Amino acid sequence: MITVIAFYLFAAMVIASGTLTILARNPVHSVLWLILAFFNAAGLMILVGAEFIAMLLVIVYVGAVAVLFLFVVMMLDIDFAELRAGFAQYLPFGVLLVILLLAEMVFAVGAWTAGGVDIAAKAAPTPAEVPNIEALGTLIYTRYLFIFEGAGLVLLVALIGAIVLTHRVRGGVKTQNIAAQNQRRPEDAIRNVKPTIGKGVEL
Amino acid sequence: MIGLQHYLVVSAILFVMGVFGIFLNRKNVIIILMAIELILLSVNINLVAFSAFLGDLVGQVFAMFVLTVAAGEAAIGLAILVIYFRGRGTIAVDDINRMKG
Repeated sequence: MITVIAFYLFAAMVIASGTLTILARNPVHSVLWLILAFFNAAGLMILVGAEFIAMLLVIVYVGAVAVLFLFVVMMLDIDFAELRAGFAQYLPFGVLLVILLLAEMVFAVGAWTAGGVDIAAKAAPTPAEVPNIEALGTLIYTRYLFIFEGAGLVLLVALIGAIVLTHRVRGGVKTQNIAAQNQRRPEDAIRNVKPTIGKGVEL
Repeated sequence: MIGLQHYLVVSAILFVMGVFGIFLNRKNVIIILMAIELILLSVNINLVAFSAFLGDLVGQVFAMFVLTVAAGEAAIGLAILVIYFRGRGTIAVDDINRMKG
């Protein structure tokens, strides 16, 4: 009973906050609604026993991606009122498309429920009596090791790409050059002069 | 009792909301990126639900990869957005035609 209540709570919240994400006037509010949507989706995933993905969702999305969104929204000084122009203009076509898409999906779910689809053999049956994280870890580090490393490579490329894209060399900024400082020898920097009395020193 | 169909319906509604968001906020690329995140979230819910109800762990492995790609996509997308804003002073994307190379 509590599972049913929890499911409907999480489902209603995730749909409501998803809707408010795309309808909010202020992009900061949009990001906050997105965070709520991710939290409730994590709750949905915990209900079916996928703890690892749920925790990943909270840590990666709420902890990193949503904060990145928030950071960019607040950093860029944008006139958001101007960007909302044409909101009503796109509405009818969008609603039409949404109705079409939703009808197709309901049809697909109905077809699934009717049970006409035969499923092939399971690739990796969920082992009984093993915690979700342990089972998933065993799978990732054995059979899907190379794909897992490929995912790491994707993240590396994204990291380097983001730095390369946004890095710029600013002119007129003095920075410390530690290598040059360490290479400096006394004979480069010091000069012994013995000026005659009455004459100045030329630097 | 909560079955697979319940999860599929939630996921379908969330997916459609994401597509709707792309159409509704065609000028504001930040909201478009958030709508894409919503779409990928609905895909993840779908994968995890199938994985749980069919007793096959591969769905969760795939959900993890989708998550990875989504994080990379958000980082690159926001980086492109920042340099676009730096160059033009606005993020109205309905008339981007300067990126022809």
